Amino acid sequence: MQILISQLRFATTRLVFNRGLAVALVFGPVVGAMLAFGAVAAQDATTKDANEITIDNFTFTPKELTVAVGTTVKWVNHDDIPHTIVEKKTTFRSKALDTDDSYSFTFTSAGTFDYFCGLHPHMVGQVIVK
Amino acid sequence: MPIKPSFIIHTGDITHLSKSAEFDDADKVFSETGVPIHWVPGEHDIIDEERGKAYLERYGKGSKGAGWYSYDDHGIHFIGLVNVVDLKGGGLGNLGAEQLAWLEADLKDRSNSTPIVVFAHIPLQVIYKEWGWGTEDGMQALNLLKRFGSVTVLNGHIHQLAQKVEGNMTFHTALSTAFPQPAPGSAPSPGPMLVPADKLRTLLGLSTVSVVQGNKPLAIIDKTLAG
Repeated sequence: MQILISQLRFATTRLVFNRGLAVALVFGPVVGAMLAFGAVAAQDATTKDANEITIDNFTFTPKELTVAVGTTVKWVNHDDIPHTIVEKKTTFRSKALDTDDSYSFTFTSAGTFDYFCGLHPHMVGQVIVK
Repeated sequence: MPIKPSFIIHTGDITHLSKSAEFDDADKVFSETGVPIHWVPGEHDIIDEERGKAYLERYGKGSKGAGWYSYDDHGIHFIGLVNVVDLKGGGLGNLGAEQLAWLEADLKDRSNSTPIVVFAHIPLQVIYKEWGWGTEDGMQALNLLKRFGSVTVLNGHIHQLAQKVEGNMTFHTALSTAFPQPAPGSAPSPGPMLVPADKLRTLLGLSTVSVVQGNKPLAIIDKTLAG
């Protein structure tokens, strides 16, 4: 008897990798141009990003966010691994967010909203709407 | 493959994002082996719009619920469990009451001497809670298996080797063929581990199970004439 236990994903991984490489090559000059404007853009970043929650290293930052009713909160995934945003009572649920994908939800009522990653549920966060 | 195994068990994460093209690529690669394959989904395989429909359409034939099933081969009872759906915030992997009830019924009439191999994507036992490497109700499944004389528990998810023997139960993980992940707690997150290119292949791999002549007694398997 011989059994082979495996997790063969190399074909798909290789495709993703190649795509990433191609994108980097094509957009090389564009990134360079964006960097030149970086100093200007950074000025607005603090106000613009106040309602943004980032995902780095399987962690939501900020872990707790307080916003006013009517605010749109945006989650951005910076990890190499996909994540999803799921509210505990499924008030909202995002699609799978690949690297640098984002998801936005507008909070129209006050309350405390506990959410987690549907793929890695040890990742938790909270939005308090006042 | 120099020696063709009887079959391949895939412990999940066939794809990265549950996309049709990714499933197509995987199917193409695996069909080249010409070996039957038994699958269970990983969390990456059920993130299509309809949350698992794409997986079940391809691999769910003859399975129950989110894709769990059992089969017999070489006198061994194999059980494929799904612990990646309906996860709860702050929790671990999850089997759920329906699957546990199915497992209990599946084992009910089997003799204690039946060798059991059970496999799922996320470890059934808790390996590292802080990274979610375990299954919330995994102990309930393992308790149902305790009476059997030989139980082998297999999983994927953690992309590294870990082994443990506990009574009649032996736990084995397998390496990944995609990317390595860090040892529990050795990095800020369980994300992919960046290693020098010339080291990569030393951290990826497959596990095979072979019959090796040893000095241990053989298992005696009782079977009635009814089958």
